[in-house]
Amino acid sequence: MSTEEKKNSQISLDSETLSPSTEKEVSEIVREIYSKQLPIEITGTGTKKVFGYNLQTAKKLSLSQLSGIIDYQKEELYIKVKAGTPIEDIEKILEENNQELAFEPIDFGYMINGQTNKGTIGGYVACNFAGSRRFKVGSVRDHILGFKGVNGKGDIIKSGGTVVKNVTGYDLSKLISGSFGTLVVLTEITLKVSPKKQSQITVIVYSDEIKKISNLFDKILSSSNEVSAATFIPEEPTHKNYEHTKNKIFKFNDLDQEGSFLAFRIEGDKRSIDERLKELKIELDLSNFKSSILDVHQSVPFWKKVNNLELFSGTKNNILRAVMPPAKCEAFSKFLNKNYKYYIDWCGSLFWIEVLDKDDEKINKIKNFILENSGYLTILKKSENFDFQDTLFTIDSTRLMISKKIKGSFDPKKIFNPGRMYREL
Amino acid sequence: MTELALPQIDRTTVSKKSLIVSQLKKFTNDENVLSENEEIKPYETDGLAAYKQTPLAVVLPENTKEVSEILKFCNEENIKVIPRGAGTGLSGGALPLQDAILLGLGKFNKILEIDFENKCVVTQPGVTNLGITHAVQHKGYYYAPDPSSQLACSIGGNVAENSGGVHSLKYGTTTNNILGVEMVMMDGTITKIGGKTLDQEGYDLLGLVCGSEGLLGVITEVTVKILRKPQSVRAALIGFPTVEDGGNCVSDIISSGIVPAGMEMMDKALIDATDKFSKAGYPKDAEVLMIVELDGTKSEVDGLLNKVSEIAKQNNSNSMKLSNNEKERLAFWSGRKAAFPACGAMAPDYYCMDGSIPRGKLSLILKEINQLSKKYNLAVANAFHAGDGNLHPLIMFDGSDKEQLRKTEEFGAEILKACVKHGGALTGEHGVGIEKRELMCEAFNNDDIQQQLNIKKSLDEKNLLNPGKVYPILRKCAEEGRVHVHRGEEKFPDLPRF
Repeated sequence: MSTEEKKNSQISLDSETLSPSTEKEVSEIVREIYSKQLPIEITGTGTKKVFGYNLQTAKKLSLSQLSGIIDYQKEELYIKVKAGTPIEDIEKILEENNQELAFEPIDFGYMINGQTNKGTIGGYVACNFAGSRRFKVGSVRDHILGFKGVNGKGDIIKSGGTVVKNVTGYDLSKLISGSFGTLVVLTEITLKVSPKKQSQITVIVYSDEIKKISNLFDKILSSSNEVSAATFIPEEPTHKNYEHTKNKIFKFNDLDQEGSFLAFRIEGDKRSIDERLKELKIELDLSNFKSSILDVHQSVPFWKKVNNLELFSGTKNNILRAVMPPAKCEAFSKFLNKNYKYYIDWCGSLFWIEVLDKDDEKINKIKNFILENSGYLTILKKSENFDFQDTLFTIDSTRLMISKKIKGSFDPKKIFNPGRMYREL
Repeated sequence: MTELALPQIDRTTVSKKSLIVSQLKKFTNDENVLSENEEIKPYETDGLAAYKQTPLAVVLPENTKEVSEILKFCNEENIKVIPRGAGTGLSGGALPLQDAILLGLGKFNKILEIDFENKCVVTQPGVTNLGITHAVQHKGYYYAPDPSSQLACSIGGNVAENSGGVHSLKYGTTTNNILGVEMVMMDGTITKIGGKTLDQEGYDLLGLVCGSEGLLGVITEVTVKILRKPQSVRAALIGFPTVEDGGNCVSDIISSGIVPAGMEMMDKALIDATDKFSKAGYPKDAEVLMIVELDGTKSEVDGLLNKVSEIAKQNNSNSMKLSNNEKERLAFWSGRKAAFPACGAMAPDYYCMDGSIPRGKLSLILKEINQLSKKYNLAVANAFHAGDGNLHPLIMFDGSDKEQLRKTEEFGAEILKACVKHGGALTGEHGVGIEKRELMCEAFNNDDIQQQLNIKKSLDEKNLLNPGKVYPILRKCAEEGRVHVHRGEEKFPDLPRF
């Protein structure tokens, strides 16, 4: 390297937000902040900023300039992108080729400030929150074939590749998914893509009885008819501080707005949908329920609304995300019913809960119920001026100890998103 | 066989053998600690039978507490530990060391809970892969990953290797099908990761541990997801006049939006070999033969099978059979499943490789392998999990001829290097073990490998758990990377390998 080049490669840490546009620049910035032991907040476009603890770092590393599709191989079912690429850009090119990201990226924008804002793929991988199809196709982490990134010392590292079968070394693609930017600054991500199904319908089953609903979830999970999403939208609690959004959001010609309902989706070609619908009607004893069907034109927007948490659009309250073993669905629903605004996704496993109160006790009561029933809870969004005293994420002391060790192996000086997930990490 | 570099032998440990053995007997029943030569000999090798080494002693604990106490003791006393499941692995991941305790999990052989409500099974790690399916099939369920050794391989070993199988194209590998594990760390710490819920919070330790080849912890319990059996399964047996036609057909099927349950391919050499061996009745005029299996509802499968046969015709297929019942479907598979023993019958020895490539490069790599075959003057037969680009070339040779052995090793390494060059991976499903260890630098640079070693160090500070595996010792990127079978003396000659 010539003296001139050396001079040019000097990274300035003057500005509050550093926006590198190449992987090399990311590496140089991290080397600098590593040597100065300067903690940094890693962001994409900031859509998931509210998740986790607030950071007090003086500087931000924004990946928004690290954007673009590197390589898309339709026949090989993968797309390689820079980490700051907007999800919409990826979805657009896939849509043009009749493919999709099977894990249905959630648009958290509605929950955060009432409007669409999907953010970047890097941010999405960092959270590992999969959408409605999760129980059928796996989570975000199951769709990451490989990545490149910069560790806490500034070394550029990679793992995985572009092929689905690869057991060469530790599977770090899994580890970095859901690590909230505390292990590496992602620079490149290779995602598995899937062919889009030809069509879809949604069956609406009306019932307020949780026992029956949980029984239907169980039958759907036990069926070989490949239902690709199933949700339960209960009547909202009467409390005046909960905004009543259900009937505004779920306004469809073939959806009766009276009462609670379960909805499930069947995808495939028309013949296959018809055949499976016929069988599911028998398996689920649908003749005993009032039911209706949303055709493809209603089904597609319906699931967008479920997936994107539109029920909580613009809420000022706390939003909790709980995952339970499916058999605990009934007990947990009964615990929540009428007291909280909530709905269930992932065929009885995933609960989105809105909690009004700014007191720890109420949230802790929910948390304890979940832990006693072998589930886990994330306090995804806190209401303004509320500082929940307990951890926002669920963890036990042994896993925390292991996590600290792993954190140390990637980011020994704890400069990436310090305290974002756990105060000690 | 070429000399294998192994971690330096700790003579102090070796000299303290009798003391260590008596100490181990404090943690478990006396009969669970084996130290006599004839007792420990069965543990000297795994599915990669070319390498043999008896351990210092073998311990077969009966519960998690015993595993924890043994590991804690070994950690404090600086004694190396090699975990072992059923010992069917093909990359030497359970090869003992002279100064190490071999920790066998054979006594962890019970299914602990069948939970149909939560669609999962909680099992001890020594239960076989197929044992899980057998326990739930009466209610129409099964465990999806199906490595060819599923009759014998243990679920704990599957977790360690992230095992795949013929159906991983549609259903994923082990990592996509487990919900939780209980694991003991080298310092004796017992931890539960995951459980009966989908995903877990915090770092995905389950994802890290799955495929870590026994380097990060010893698995003492596994919770696996079970699925409902598909209603209908049918297969097509399709022949092509050229390798290109077959390769193009694979790509066209995938890009048409079909995701078959399995898509297998065999080349001419293997068609001939298996046909002689198993009388599968495969077409004689095909250069490559493909088996495409589809599952789902009846009309869906019928529809997709028609679509597949149309795509095959567009790609100049010269023979096609569609299965109309289970008997016919299984007959299609009979030759494919006999691939390994068929090669064993053709030459004194064969090496099985395990690389991955992008699907679109199938015909290209097949041509390269055939050119290499001419260059080295060694016969090769090819079996592919074509749907996910995983290839198993079988190189035939005579191991008693030193020059042939050397050439075979070079040939194998060139194939794996070609896989990496074409954007693939060194190993698709057999693991790195000791076998492809020195080839790791083909796929990773020093920083990549250092990061992985740092993880290892953070969880096993003294590098005592399964040392000498996965990561290069020589860092010279040598020419290793194959399964060596001599005169049918495979450790498990009766297990189908495909």
